[in-house]
Amino acid sequence: MPDITINTTAVSDATPQIKVLFFAALREAIGQSELQLTLPAPLQISGVLALLSAQSPKVHQALAGREVLAALNQQLVGCDSWVQSGDEVALFPPVTGG
Amino acid sequence: MTVVINCRVQPEDFVVDQEYQALRRQDCGAVVLFCGLVREQFQPLERSQGMPQPTDTLQALELEHYPDMTEHSIRAIAGQAAKRFDLRAITVVHRIGLLPLGAQIVLVGVAAPHRSDAFAACDMLMDYLKNQVPLWKKVHFSTSTSWADAKASDKQALARWQTAEQNTAENCQATGKSRVSSVDV
Repeated sequence: MPDITINTTAVSDATPQIKVLFFAALREAIGQSELQLTLPAPLQISGVLALLSAQSPKVHQALAGREVLAALNQQLVGCDSWVQSGDEVALFPPVTGG
Repeated sequence: MTVVINCRVQPEDFVVDQEYQALRRQDCGAVVLFCGLVREQFQPLERSQGMPQPTDTLQALELEHYPDMTEHSIRAIAGQAAKRFDLRAITVVHRIGLLPLGAQIVLVGVAAPHRSDAFAACDMLMDYLKNQVPLWKKVHFSTSTSWADAKASDKQALARWQTAEQNTAENCQATGKSRVSSVDV
């Protein structure tokens, strides 16, 4: 059995933050295309949505009753996906390309 | 089998014959090309008293996208089609920006030894483009603009190609779900 070692190098002093991007109708309703969000604890996408709503009445209003899709680091994900510091989360309405 | 995949997201128009010629190869008996265009649309305007119902005409579509994600998500879909069908080449060109009435929006081209694979792959690629690629249409009429709504029929069309675990694009707002549990019988 290897000795248990404490990793002292990987811990960063920086507050865990994620970048949140908004697109299309959601971007217009919120009035901005991106923001930085501090993670108070490990969160899933659904938790990020709840946190955003709690922090800003404008975001709360924009998200209320709207169907929202999420991408985590440029991949479509479900709302139970876990988000880590440094991640890019994009939130947007159902897509209408093609 | 190597499948040549060519995906582009661009404001510039495309020339169908150039894309077609690039898809042709000796071992392919079939090339299927689909083009999506900005079509004429009308919407009613406020009626003036005693006057016939006037209508407003669509002027243009404006395509917004997620630049860091669009092209690689199209490429991933093309990769899925290449695994599923017997293909040799796939081209997808999707335009962004302001596209006037009649403009070309999208081209999907597939080269295959036989037509059934080419038709099916083209159909599948369009269904995925409509549902899983981060592109949004804003509809410009002369007197108003609005965002196009996603169609339920497009979602149903996608389900034909999917297994349950592939359906990652889900609504992250739990709207409506709670209503079901409180139905009285």
